[in-house]
Amino acid sequence: MIDCTGMTAPTTIIRPKKTFSWEDMRELWRYRELLYFFTWRDLKVRYKQTLIGVLWALLQPLITMVVFSVFFGQLAQVPSDGVPYPIFVYVGLLFWQFFSGALTETSNTLISNQPIITKVYFPRLILPISGVITKLVDFGVAAIVLVGLMLYYGFVPHFAGLWLLPVLLAIAFMASVGGGLFLAAVNVKYRDVRHALPFFIQILLFLTPVIYPASIAGKFSWLLALNPMTGVIQSARAALLGTTPVNWTLLGLSFSVCLVVLIIGTIYFKKVERYFADIL
Amino acid sequence: MEPIIEVKGIGKRYDIRHGQGGYIALRDVLMNVMRRPFSFAKDKAKRVAGIKTREDFWALRDVSFNVEQGEIIGIIGRNGAGKSTLLKILTGITPPTTGEIKMRGRVASLLEIGTGFHPELTGRENIFLNGAILGMTKKEIADNFDSIVEFAEIEKFLDTPVKYYSSGMYVRLAFSVASHMEPDILLVDEVLAVGDAEFQKKCMGKMEEVTRKQGRTILFVSHNLSAVKRLCKKTVLIEKGQVKMFDETERVITRYLNSAEMSSMNEFPLEPGKKAQVTKVSIMNAAGQPATRMTVNEGFTIEMDYEISSPVKMTPSVIFYAEGDILLFSSESDTTASVGDFEPGKYKTSVKVPPNLLNVGMYYIDTRLHRPGVENFDMKQGINFEIIDAAENPQSIVYNGKHPGKLAVALKYKTAKTK
Repeated sequence: MIDCTGMTAPTTIIRPKKTFSWEDMRELWRYRELLYFFTWRDLKVRYKQTLIGVLWALLQPLITMVVFSVFFGQLAQVPSDGVPYPIFVYVGLLFWQFFSGALTETSNTLISNQPIITKVYFPRLILPISGVITKLVDFGVAAIVLVGLMLYYGFVPHFAGLWLLPVLLAIAFMASVGGGLFLAAVNVKYRDVRHALPFFIQILLFLTPVIYPASIAGKFSWLLALNPMTGVIQSARAALLGTTPVNWTLLGLSFSVCLVVLIIGTIYFKKVERYFADIL
Repeated sequence: MEPIIEVKGIGKRYDIRHGQGGYIALRDVLMNVMRRPFSFAKDKAKRVAGIKTREDFWALRDVSFNVEQGEIIGIIGRNGAGKSTLLKILTGITPPTTGEIKMRGRVASLLEIGTGFHPELTGRENIFLNGAILGMTKKEIADNFDSIVEFAEIEKFLDTPVKYYSSGMYVRLAFSVASHMEPDILLVDEVLAVGDAEFQKKCMGKMEEVTRKQGRTILFVSHNLSAVKRLCKKTVLIEKGQVKMFDETERVITRYLNSAEMSSMNEFPLEPGKKAQVTKVSIMNAAGQPATRMTVNEGFTIEMDYEISSPVKMTPSVIFYAEGDILLFSSESDTTASVGDFEPGKYKTSVKVPPNLLNVGMYYIDTRLHRPGVENFDMKQGINFEIIDAAENPQSIVYNGKHPGKLAVALKYKTAKTK
């Protein structure tokens, strides 16, 4: 544990590491600039490396939306609560891709930053968090497509529900950080986990009401609700598209599950953090 | 006045399992559980009950010392003695198992230069990124920006991605950023091992300058005894994870050199977390026997065994030193085409040293796995050997004794009567 106190002559004390202390949170705040730089680096590199740059962040959800619209909306006639299916599915995709992208990104972040972790000290929590923030930027870019879609279909969004979006995003953020921390830590010890991850994320997509409305599940919809993204996506549709009234119970449940995920993820991460540098 | 660094009873225990394999596959663990569920449960139960089922290894044990402000302290010791572990604990990279360290002042560490450099980013961007990783604030980096660029001599390439940099430029930039840190306490590992001699000199000069001027406290871990001698007044000698001696540098080095016995074969335990590391270095004489004494005209072979744990681009290399820490020369395998991409596995490289190269005297070699000027993966130091006079030297009918000089190169002399 490293803790510094005082501004003029900080004293660093190194002791055997405890699993969790509030000092860690304060330390995280002190390192906020590094958090910014890691995020800045990832965005810069990604948008530089990809030939089509920002377009990638736009195209990925756009193409997925088109494919889903054709197969599920047109051919399979999946109900969409009376909203044009492309808009319906895109709202779900927007949040889903943020969540799944963040999980994939963060699960790998400790390994891809291994040279830094073994050479310099900083609160390791920064890396997964920065990974999620990076995805938040992608979310912003992808949201532009939604505006375009609404204009195209002449769909007037439910402006009164807009205020709920930041709340939903915050919940999705918590879930991503929590799950990401857990996966990142597991991945350091068991390197084969990341090969299985894409499969599970794929499965999870179908267990989340992205391409279909949650109402389709009938009396089993409460099971879906345990998946934190269910509440988020459903509420996003309710708030933005005005399909149904916002289900506060469901949202509360999602929030609680997210909180639990976040706490478990953080505790597990802090617990194994001490030997990251030894086994990386 | 209180000491600026207080190290009290520091110990570090590694689980041997961690030390060897590093990470494991969940698949294997699950298979293991399914195949032998009972012994797995037993092991788990024992561990929970606190009964030891695996071997522990103490890399450091009860290390204590104090450092006063403004002192430059060297830390020396053989490979695997625990120097690097101590530094990693001091920097906070890995926590100690026991003990406590108190450091009064801003701490910065430099275990490697160019940490976090991203090849796709430009020089300008990397200055900020690397600076932030080293613990500088954005403002500090901005304030020092011009000076960093000037010292690195890369003005023209500031907006070029560093992947296009020559290795010299890369190292210069990396060192330049590092040398602009302004901590009260600086912890430095073998970072000067990269770069050419000219550059090393420049770095040493810069290090001396900053310490003299600003009264900075430095802990300097090094294999380079002459650098330690030059920079550090006092030195800690670490042996088998414990502080063997903490005294004036001159005396510590003498003690260290005297305790280093000669051995034809040196094995090194695997350290956790290294991508590539030397596990064994041995010297074979012309007859193929392990030896520590060879004659001038004999020629011998240096064999390096090493293990790669994740794919790396590198070259094995050998550096020759003569008595008194004189760097004679270094050789890289990349000049003979065996540089390249190494897949995980075990390797052996043998290096042939021709007869009539080294003169009579004591020598030692460092073996290294690295990408010259870019990254140092591993370095094992101080394999000693002796070159003795050939009792009956068939090469020379005139003179059998030791020629002056460190080298005994047999140059071709062609003499003809011209008039």
